[in-house]
Amino acid sequence: MSDITAASNNGAPQAFVRTKASPDLPPPLAVGGIIGWMRENLFSSALTSSLTLLSLLFLYWYTPDLVRWLFIDAIWSAPDGEACRAPGAGACWAYVNAKIEFFAYGSYPRDMVWRVDLTLVLGACLAAWLLWPSAKRKALALVLFLVVYPILAFHLLHGLGPMLRGAMRGLADLFGSKALADMAASALPVVGTNLWGGVFVSLLVATVGIVVSLPLGVLLALGRRSKAPVSRFLCVMLIEIVRGVPLITVLFMANTMLPLFVPEQWSPDRLMRPLIGVALFSSVYMAEVVRGGLQAVPKGQFEGAMALGLNWWAMMRLIILPQALTIVIPGVVNSFIALFKDTTLVAIVGIFDFLRAVDTARLDPVWAGPTISATGYVFAATFYFVFCFGMSRYSMMMEQRLTRGRSH
Amino acid sequence: MTSASSGDASRIQPPRTPFWRADWARGSLWQALLLAAFVWLMWSAIDNASVNMRARGVPTDFGFWNRPAGFDINQTLVPFTSSGSTYGRAFVVGLLNTLLVAFFGVIIATLLGFLIGVARLSRNWIIARLATIYVEVIRNTPLLLQLLFWYNAVLKPLPNPRQSVSLPGSVYLNNRGLFVPEPIFGAGSDWTLWALGLAIIASYVVKLYAARLRIVSTKRIPVGMIALGLVIGLPALSFLIAGAPLTWSAPELRGFNFQGGVRIYPEFVALLLGLSLYTAAFIAEIVRAGVLSVSHGQSEAASALGLPRGRSLRLVVIPQAMRVIIPPLTNQYLNLTKNSSLAVFIGYPDLVQVFAGTVLNQTGAAVQVISITMAVYLVISLVTSAGMNLYNRRMALAER
Repeated sequence: MSDITAASNNGAPQAFVRTKASPDLPPPLAVGGIIGWMRENLFSSALTSSLTLLSLLFLYWYTPDLVRWLFIDAIWSAPDGEACRAPGAGACWAYVNAKIEFFAYGSYPRDMVWRVDLTLVLGACLAAWLLWPSAKRKALALVLFLVVYPILAFHLLHGLGPMLRGAMRGLADLFGSKALADMAASALPVVGTNLWGGVFVSLLVATVGIVVSLPLGVLLALGRRSKAPVSRFLCVMLIEIVRGVPLITVLFMANTMLPLFVPEQWSPDRLMRPLIGVALFSSVYMAEVVRGGLQAVPKGQFEGAMALGLNWWAMMRLIILPQALTIVIPGVVNSFIALFKDTTLVAIVGIFDFLRAVDTARLDPVWAGPTISATGYVFAATFYFVFCFGMSRYSMMMEQRLTRGRSH
Repeated sequence: MTSASSGDASRIQPPRTPFWRADWARGSLWQALLLAAFVWLMWSAIDNASVNMRARGVPTDFGFWNRPAGFDINQTLVPFTSSGSTYGRAFVVGLLNTLLVAFFGVIIATLLGFLIGVARLSRNWIIARLATIYVEVIRNTPLLLQLLFWYNAVLKPLPNPRQSVSLPGSVYLNNRGLFVPEPIFGAGSDWTLWALGLAIIASYVVKLYAARLRIVSTKRIPVGMIALGLVIGLPALSFLIAGAPLTWSAPELRGFNFQGGVRIYPEFVALLLGLSLYTAAFIAEIVRAGVLSVSHGQSEAASALGLPRGRSLRLVVIPQAMRVIIPPLTNQYLNLTKNSSLAVFIGYPDLVQVFAGTVLNQTGAAVQVISITMAVYLVISLVTSAGMNLYNRRMALAER
């Protein structure tokens, strides 16, 4: 205490004044560079250090096994499952390679898969147009995607219906054109939905869910927020009931109850029923997302629109919805991710989606073996992961763009 | 218009809106039309259903409920026999199995989710990275795929009972399930239960007393430690006084299978594992968001007040984070319960598999069975969200 003296006035101590500098603290060991980073992020305390060591041990224990199973010991090409059944063999990628067409198209006739490919490419182009942040004329893209594309896709995938065929035949008779008559007879023959399967059915279910759920979800959300008693009651009831039950029961309902509720001749196709179920299910979740956006639009916007003399529909279309929908883009993408994962459940009503194809193919006696199940599931997981992770990154990017615009 | 007509006549009066163009009239018209359309839709659906059901010979009443089921269920919490039990009994069995897996799933998912959520926020780089990888992989793959993976790729290829994987504590794992020792309670073990109840009540009394004491005399007593001591100490004491009336029946290999102990079916293990791991990833994200939502100023202010780090977490950060965490957490519990219906894909006898699957196929009473199944899930959801609303009202920030 010698370096501090009590400065006293009238005998009572009033302040302590340090007269000598205290000794310097030792310099920090390392703050920059790799050592400093490790000290800060890996070994800052005894607990952290032990956790770090434990996780390193865990990685050291399992990573080599995983890499060996996935790549080094994996069978990359083989005519059948013989090599994969050998003890110590890793993932059987040869099996995935042999089944890839089945995984992609199910039992769709192999000479007509170009129709599926064309549909998928068109859909991908439209989706890219819609999702590209700085693309122009998005309204046109939206109309193409929501109206034109579904009709086109239906005829490409399912084939020309008797009405279109008849119309073409009529045209051929009118012009006396042989080529047109041939086309009317043979172009795009009908492929029954019982042959559809694989990735393309998964994408189809997801796309139908998206295409229907966007407009229907907006309508339901508007209905729920409206002051009109009947529309509000009906919307609230539908939303709460469907959100309260699992998708599987909705699919069961669509599959077994829907055919009972309509006249016999209107009974929907076996693929149509789960599509209706999925569309309904995703619409109510979309409605809740959109409702969040509607609630986030400041009240002044409603009042301003009314003060301008806009009626309700014009106010919603021109003022409220553009703002509300921009806010909820990340939420919409998130519900698409959930929808894409949920498409796997349509297998319960006998639809051959991608996961069902993988799950069926593993029972093929030519390939059956101890590693086949795991190989198939790892492959399927990679596929779903790429899609969902990509979408979630996109949603995060959009969120950042949007908050950047709003933050000041 | 009465006020305008009483004013000076020279003012230009807006034309009177005819009533058929007034907002209220148009609105009512549309609402009436909508209602009529809805009623018509319902009526025609019911009409079609009755015609179609009669044409297909499908039962239209609930008479099947009391008829003998005639099928077997492997995992039952209440007695069920294929010969004597009714379809109604099968419903109860399925419902209890759903609630069983949901109950354990919620507990495991919560513990794991909080752990991973905290790990994601950890300053330890490698722990945070591992937690992030876990969350991203689990959240971006379908739950069904994970369930199939656990069931078909992990549990099915396990060895048969003779080559079981032996775990510490007489636990065996093989392709017939997980075999664990069964606790057998002797006479006097109910005293332990009574003691536990007493301890909980006593802890509550201590808590009330401590709250009063703090206001009256600003004295603090360690409520948590006292409660912990009571809840563990009292039952342990009564257990020892009663002479430790607990024995374990360990599973033993006899012939081709295990005898004794409790057999946990592989379907249950796969479903519980899949549901818990999946939901835990979502809970982890909720926990992370909740902790991040508490502004940094709060913990800074707490340490400026001189609170040590542990107490600042317990008294300042966690209560505020919980306000954000609890509502979406309840949502995840509901999701877990609803997702347990995926049991049907791996053959776990839950409500959907037993009732909407087997019973529906045997009786053909589609409308009744599906309606009952949906109603059950709906009731669970509505009761939970009603409770949630009550909680929210209590916890909401009192704003101006």
